[in-house]
This record gives sequence, structure tokens and C-alpha cells, in this order.
Amino acid sequence: MSFVTPEIAWAPLAPIIVVLGAAAIGILVESFVRTPATRRAAQLGLSLVALIGAAGVAVVQWAGLEGAGTEVLAGMLTVDRQALAWQIVILVFGALGALLFAARTRAGEEAFTSLGSVAPGSTEETLARRKGMQVTEVFPLALFAVGGMMLFTSVTDLVFLFVALELFSLPLYILVALARRRRMLSHEGALKYFLLGAFSSALFLFGAALLYGATGSASLTGIADGIATVSGLDPLILGGAVLVVVGLLFKLGAVPFHSWTPDAYQGAPTPVTAFMGAATKAAATAALIRVSYEAFYGLTWELSWLFWAVAIASMLLGTVVALVQTDLKRMLAYSSVAHAGFILVAFAGFPEATLAALPFYLLAYGLATLGAFAVITQVRERSDDGTVLGEATRLGQWAGLGKRSPLLAGAMALFLLSFAGIPLTAGFVGKFVAFAAAISEGAWPLVLVAVIASAAAAFFYVRLIVLMFFTDVPDGQEEAIEVDYSPLARVVVVITAAAVVLLGVVPGPVLSAFENAAVLLIGSAG
Amino acid sequence: MLDLTWLLIAVPLASSAVLLLAGRRADSWGHWLGVAASGSAFVVGLLALIQMLGLDAEERSHAVHLFSWIPGAELNLDAGLLVDPLSLTFVMLVTFVGTLIHVYSVAYMEHDPNRRIFFAYLNLFVAAMLLLVLADSYLLLFVGWEGVGLASYLLIGFWNFKPEYATAAKKAFVVNRIGDIGLILAMGLMFAYLGGVDFETVFANVDGVSTATLTAIGLTLLLAACGKSAQFPLQSWLGDAMAGPTPVSALIHAATMVTAGVYLLVRSAPILEGAPSAQTAIAAVGAFTLILGALIGMAKDDIKKALAASTMSQIGYMMLAAGLGPIGYAFAIFHLVTHGFFKAGMFLGAGSVMHGMGDQVDMRRFGALRTAMVTTWVTFGLGWLAILGIPPFSGFWSKDKIIEAAFVGEGAQPWILGGAALIGAGLTAFYMSRLFFMTFHGKARWTDGQHPHESPALMTVPMIILAVGSAFLGLFLAVGDRFSHWLEPVTGHAEHHEPVLPVPVLMAATLILVALGVWVAWRKYGAADVPEEAPAASLATIAARNDMFQDSVNRAVFERPGTHLTRTLVYADAAVVDGAVNGGGEAWSKTGEVARRLQTGQVRSYAATMLVGLVIVILVVVQGGL
Repeated sequence: MSFVTPEIAWAPLAPIIVVLGAAAIGILVESFVRTPATRRAAQLGLSLVALIGAAGVAVVQWAGLEGAGTEVLAGMLTVDRQALAWQIVILVFGALGALLFAARTRAGEEAFTSLGSVAPGSTEETLARRKGMQVTEVFPLALFAVGGMMLFTSVTDLVFLFVALELFSLPLYILVALARRRRMLSHEGALKYFLLGAFSSALFLFGAALLYGATGSASLTGIADGIATVSGLDPLILGGAVLVVVGLLFKLGAVPFHSWTPDAYQGAPTPVTAFMGAATKAAATAALIRVSYEAFYGLTWELSWLFWAVAIASMLLGTVVALVQTDLKRMLAYSSVAHAGFILVAFAGFPEATLAALPFYLLAYGLATLGAFAVITQVRERSDDGTVLGEATRLGQWAGLGKRSPLLAGAMALFLLSFAGIPLTAGFVGKFVAFAAAISEGAWPLVLVAVIASAAAAFFYVRLIVLMFFTDVPDGQEEAIEVDYSPLARVVVVITAAAVVLLGVVPGPVLSAFENAAVLLIGSAG
Repeated sequence: MLDLTWLLIAVPLASSAVLLLAGRRADSWGHWLGVAASGSAFVVGLLALIQMLGLDAEERSHAVHLFSWIPGAELNLDAGLLVDPLSLTFVMLVTFVGTLIHVYSVAYMEHDPNRRIFFAYLNLFVAAMLLLVLADSYLLLFVGWEGVGLASYLLIGFWNFKPEYATAAKKAFVVNRIGDIGLILAMGLMFAYLGGVDFETVFANVDGVSTATLTAIGLTLLLAACGKSAQFPLQSWLGDAMAGPTPVSALIHAATMVTAGVYLLVRSAPILEGAPSAQTAIAAVGAFTLILGALIGMAKDDIKKALAASTMSQIGYMMLAAGLGPIGYAFAIFHLVTHGFFKAGMFLGAGSVMHGMGDQVDMRRFGALRTAMVTTWVTFGLGWLAILGIPPFSGFWSKDKIIEAAFVGEGAQPWILGGAALIGAGLTAFYMSRLFFMTFHGKARWTDGQHPHESPALMTVPMIILAVGSAFLGLFLAVGDRFSHWLEPVTGHAEHHEPVLPVPVLMAATLILVALGVWVAWRKYGAADVPEEAPAASLATIAARNDMFQDSVNRAVFERPGTHLTRTLVYADAAVVDGAVNGGGEAWSKTGEVARRLQTGQVRSYAATMLVGLVIVILVVVQGGL
């Protein structure tokens, strides 16, 4: 029996290897560095070096890429500019997320539980807190998730795609469960996310199996060829395609596969919500683009039903339900559902412009999401005896924040305006290019719905702005809120706010960079 | 100088940023910085105007490239400015009237602790308004469009410590968003059918598309214009917007921002030329609003709300003219400019009256102010004569032309539109005279402790300058059709058409109706005693006092169903979606119970939702695809 060593081109995989390698080192750091403070500093440094380094490598690769891209691992993975663009976007989100994690693992400021593996409210938990234990494992967990997402953007084989999906999902399930306060809510969100995630993974696998049965291939190109040549197996192909797409729509959080979003967003520690909200959506969109354009381009007409229906349902439900939320994190969760709908608008008819528009949209959306949640981490409740508690996420608690802390509230207003798509913010340009892509394929009525939904959505964003700036703090509540000055979280707010304005005023350079990335190595749109 | 027109936007914007960031340090000098910023914008505009007057008519269009904004394969858009007679007209109006109002505000807002912020917002408004009129693409125009909306929102709610003022600001915002949808949709249509959103591309490709498309674009533009310019059915916010400080009402809600809709339509002339139905709709909306505004103005006792109704009505005239095609464009803008002067002047006069009367706005408590406030009386009087359209004051030259143009055409249209314009002139004469007599003539009906006095020079000088404009600007621009020729490179040359009635007859009819309106107003409100409380009135008057029940209609048609839907959703969200979460909140420590809830309740229903959704999706796709 002989064993053939597979040929692997390591160089194109460098960014992913750097991140996953750093995650493995992070686990060693957990084991060998004893002092929590040192460990936290080491983990943060390691994460930032790895993420920024990987982004640097990806940029170099981009510059040196000849032609459309490179195939790796016998065609199971392609590194083209589209993949690199998404990888860089995700790495940026990862780095900002790591800063937020660090901001909320500072001693006394933890958003994370001190011991994740024990029952909430148990004596072990109290003991662990008293001993000052910290779960700095969140850093390597996040790194694993980032690595998985990066794979997710480049994989061109359904089986491998499934592996990547699980690779980034499992760490996220754990991260969601680690909130220090409101542990039950956190556990509940995580368990729901996990169970429904498992359900959607099963659907995805079933779809992959059907497609394999019908076309005899699990690779995206093979499936595309099969769709073009195989006849008489349409129900299998269509069913398989729908199931695979639904598996990805679940990760995107689109209606009716969104039910995990509000609970997971609300229950998760806020830094995790920030990271997950930004990066998961980007990864899911990237994979959806790849699968749609490389494998299902021949099914454009048939799948358009799906995309139209889900996009409209997401925009309407997300917007309308967000209008009635009283919890800030839940409101942003429903707003993310509406944004999933806006993203799907750009898939109508699979226009080529989408390949450049959506990276920009997701970059704009992710930056605003990270920024908004970074602001939320800093607005804290205070109990009657003056101890600072968790985040103040009831909308009413934000009344008058603009008078108390104008810059922070101003930054929040900026992020909300970007969500709403008001000009001179990144969100406006993102919506503009995404809707323009849909219009180029004549998806007019869909854009009409999108424009109306985004106009209605402006209402609940502005409601919060009005609350912050034009409403007085209720009598007797002046001391109930504490604005926490966490330098690292401030850094995230400043970076994201600057980026949101910059991308809104001069989006040119970034847009043209993504324009260059609008190529897939294979597939009909390439 | 023309290449430096970006300074027009940059200077007020920078000043606004300085004022907002400097904090309390700027309290002593901030307002003068604001005045200086607006004033220097005027100087830049004036230099540009002089340079452009030196050019030949066909060279009077200058593109200023700023930077590459949204590059792309299908949509390549540069941010740039278009300096031509139309945009320069607006630049002069905005900066000149704007600077005067800045000066006026220095005194008017003297006792407000946040005067610096007020000037920051005013500067922000000037910058956004200039961006709106100078933009060379609909998208950049939209940035300015939202910018003036933001400034307007901030300024209406400037005294937001009063809840109803904050509500007024919110109402303006929401109604304007409806208009914004129109502009966004128009841009979408242009992108889809005309290949771009910059003026050059759009206007170059107009010939190649169907009338239906152009009509759709025209109607969406009309929707946008209705929102911004307070035209029916989106007019309801303007009256409430009077909650803002009076200089704001003068600058934003009379002279400049509310006329942006007219600008948008006149700028889009090449599109409207290909869409006669849209033009008819514009003229009809204008004619209807001009009557509606006049009727509301007849019943209002609040001096600012009466003036707001009058603004609505006068913009109706401009819309009517803009809907008439090339014969109307120049007069729409002409009336817009003269209206900018006399209406701003009258608003400043109203502010001066309020200043002297301790912020009283009820005209039933004014009367006989002509002796106490001579300057205000004279300047307001000139504005009054101008809006009435008495020759040789400004309004005569612009409004009379619109009435004439409205009578041009075939069939029933000239009779309907012209009739509305003519009747509107009579109604205007009545309600403006009512306002004027109730305020300055008759017997004093002041509340106790009021000592009306003239305002300081910082306030009266701008009023005097605007009054001079109200008196003579129309004549100056109308001699030899100077203004129409100036705008010709943009609006195109208008063939002369004869109205269905001879011009002297129309002029005489207008003047007779105006005289009649003044006479009735004098009998009722000048010579006779005015009751201090509003008397019981007919149904029609009550309707007019209540803005023709527009708010009630809005509430019944939009707000109530919306509220009910929202309540249902709140219930559904609380009971169904959020049930387990709330349950978890109550039973914080009862791990077992929550765990049980988790296993028996929600997740299963979530998964069921997904499954049902999936089945529907598969059915739809397979059915649709096979």
C-alpha cells in the first residue's frame, strides 16, 4: 500500500494558516501563562499581530496575483481577488473585534464569565469570580472563527464548505454562551443558535448530497457543468440548490431562517455580538456569492424566486419588528435581519456588479455594527448603591445620553445614520451600489420595496437619536447610567466612526479596489 | 473665480464645524464667525456672478470637477459642481438673504444660551443648500437635499425643551422622508433607463426613452418636490415647522429650502419636456396648493402660521409655473427670487413684532402697532404690497407673468389653471391684508404688561434692505426681460404665446380682485373691531383653521393602521418571540424551569418556522422552475 503525498501550494494559504496557527498558539498561551492580566495582554497581542499580519499577507498576495487567481488543494479552494477581498474585510472585523474583547476582559470590566463550564449561580462560579479567573480563551476561539470564515470565502467544494462552516460556527456557539451577566439569557441564546445551526447544517448537507446525486460532483464547477448537461433530474437539482442556499441564508440571518438572531444577539456578550454581527454576515455573503455565481449560475431564473421572496420578507419583517423593540441589542438584531434583506436584493438576477458592490456594503455595514456595539459596551447600568452593572440596553435608559456624553452619542448617531443609509455615510454608498446592481438586472420592484423599507427603517434609528439628544434624562434616573471610559473600546469607536465617514465621503479608492476584486477564478460571471 | 465656487460650500461648512467643536469658548465670537462665513460665501458668489456676466450667453455653464466619487464600470460618478445662471441665481439668493438673516439673528437670539449652536446649524444649512443647488448630479444634489433636511430638523427642534416643538421637528422629518423616497426612486429610474444620475448624461439620453418612463421619473420628482416644498398632499409639516426660531422660518421655511422642490423641477426641465402628463400633474398640484394654502391662510390667527400658509400658496404659484413648460420656468424662478425677498422680509418683520410683544404670536392680541414700531410697519408694508402684486412692487412683475402664462393653452386647461391663479391672487390679497391690518392697524388689543417697542438696528437694517428688495428688485429684473434672458441658457428660449384672454384684461382683472380682497379685509379687520377671542365660525373656517383636517386624514389613513399593526406586533413579539426570554428573566435562578422551557417550547417552534419556510420556498422554486 502506498501513500501519495498530496501536492499543496502553501503560499496562497498563508493568511489562513497564520490565523489558525495563531489560534493554536493561543491555546498554548492559555495553558502556560498563569497570571490573568499577562495572559490577556499576550492573547491580545497575539491576536492583533496574527490578524493584521494575515491582512498584510493578503494585501501582498492581492498585489502579486497574476490573472484571476490560483487554485489550491486540487481545486477545492481558490484564491482569487474576490476571496482575498472578503478575507481582508473579515480580518479587519476580527482585529476590531479583538480590541473590543480586550476592552471587556479588563479586570473588573469583564463582559465574559469567569468560568464558562459551570452552572450559572453555582458555588463554583462564585469561587471562580472571587479568585479572579478569566476566560481569555475567547481570543483563540475568535481566531478559529476568523480562520473558518476566511476558508468559507474561498472554498469551491461543497464538502469542504461544510467543514469551514462548522469550523467557524462551533467557536461562535461557545462565545455566545459566555456572557458574565444574564447567564441564562446567554445560555439560552447559544443553545438556540446551536440547535438551529445544527438543523441548518443538516439541510445544507442534505442539499449537497442531492446535488452530488444528480450531478456526480461536489465541486462547484462540477455542479455547474452538471446543471448544464444533466437532464431529467431537475427536482433533485433544484431541491439540492434550494437546500444549500437555505443553509447559507441561515447564517446570513434572512427570514424565515432568522429566528436565532434576536436571541443570540441579545444573549451574547456584546463584544461577541459585535464581532459575530459583522463577520458572520460577511462570510455568509461571500459564500453565497461563490455558490450562486460558480455553481448555480445556470439556475438564475429558478432561484430568483427564492431570492426575491426571502429578500422582501427579510426587509419587511426586519424593519417592522425592529420598530417595536424596546431592547437596543434586539432592535439591532432585527435591523440586521432587514440588512440581510438589503444584501439579498443585490442577488436578484445575479448581476455582475454585485461582486464589487457587496464587499463594500458588508464593509460599511460591519464597521457600523462594530462601532454601534462598541458604544453599547460603554453605556452601563448602575445599581442604587453605585456598583456598575452590565450594559444598559433598554432604549429608555439612553434618554439624554447626548447631553451627558455628546461625542459617544454623536458616534452612535453616526452609526445609526449609516445603517439608515443617509448620504455622506458609508451605509448610503453601500446601499446605492447594491441597489444599482439589482437595477442593472431590471429588478425594479424589489428595489422599490428596498427603498421604502429603508425609508421606514430610518424611523427607528432616528427614534434612538431623538431619544439621545432631544429627550431629557427622566427625573431620579440621573445616576442610573454610567458611561464607562474604556480606552480600547474608544479606539474601536474612533476607528469605525472615521471609517464610516471616510467611506461615505470618498468611497472612490475602496470601491475601485473592490471593482478589481469583481472576478471569480471560475464560474460564469468570472 | 468660477473654479473657486467650492469655497461657497467649504467656508460655511468649516465655520459650522468650528462652532460645533469649539464649545463654550466660542460663545463670545461664534455668532460673528457665522455671519462672516455666510458673508464671505456671498462675496465669492458675487465675484462668480460678475465673471459670468462677462461671458457670452452660450459660455455661461461651468463645470467644476471636485473628485472621483463613486467609480465603477456601470456607474461612474464624479463629484462636481455646475455653475450656470440657474445655480448662480440661487447662490445669490441664498447667500444674500442668508447673510442678512444671520445678522438679524445676532440680535434676535441674543439671550439664548445656545446662540453659537444656532449659528452652527445656520451655517450648516447654508452649506447644504449651496451644495444642493450647485451639484452637477442628482446624487450629489441628494446629499445637499438631505443636508438641508437635517439642518431644518435641527433648527425646528432648536427649542426642543418644549415637547410639541420636538414633535414638530419629527413630523417635518417623517414627511420629508416620504418625499426623499421620490427622489431616490427617480434616481433609480434614471440609472436604469438613462444610464446615469449626473445631469449631463441624463439630459443627453432623454430623447432615447419612452414617454412612459419619463412620466414615471417626472412623477417621482414631483413627489420629492412636494415633500420638500410643502405641496399637497405633503404640506402638513410646514405649519408646525414654525416652532423653530423666526429667523429659521424666514430663511429655511420661506426663502430658500422650501423652494428646493421648484429648483429640482426646473433643473429637470429636459425630462419634463418629454413627459406632458407629469407637467400637467405638476401644474395641477401647484394650482390646488395655491388655493388650499390661501384658504388656510385666511383662517389662521397665529401670525407665523398665516405666513407659512402663504408660503405654501406662493410656492404653489411657482409649481404651477414650473408645470407650464418653457414659458413658465423663468417666471417660476423669478417669482421664487422676489418671494425670497418679500417673504423673508415679512417673516423678519413678524419676528420683530414678536420681539417687541414678548413672543406673542396671536394676531388677535396685536393691533395698532404702526405707531409703536414704525420701521417694522413700513418694511412689512412694502412686503405686503409686493405679495399683493401691486405695481410697481416686486411681486407684480413675477406673479402677473405666472397668471398670464397659466392662461396660455388650449381646451379647458388654461381656464382651470388660470382661473385658480387669478382667484388665488384675490384670496392672497384678502388674507395678507387681514394679517397686515390685524397686526398694525385697528385698536390695540395687547395683553396686560406689554410694551411694544422697535427692535435694535441689527434687526431693522436687514429688514430695511429686504424691504428695498421687495420694492424694486422685481422692476429691476423685469426691465427688458433681463431675468428671462439671463436664465435662457438653462431654461431654453420660450416662444411667445398669447393667453386665451388679452393681457390687459387679465391685468385689470387681477388688480380688481386684489383691490376687492384688500377692501373686504379693511372692512372686517381694519375699520371694524377685531374680537380678542376667535369667534364661533362656520364649518369652512374651522376646516381652514385646522389645516383642512390634513392631520386628521393622515392620522386616519396612515397613523392609526400603523399604530394597530405596531401594537399587534408588540404583542406578538412579547408573547411569541420573546416569551421564553421574559420567562427566563422572571425565573432567573430556576435553571431547571428555563431549561425545560427551552426543550419544550421555543426552539422547536423556531425550527418549525424554518421548516415551514423551507417547504414553501421549495414549493415555490420547484413549481416556478419546472
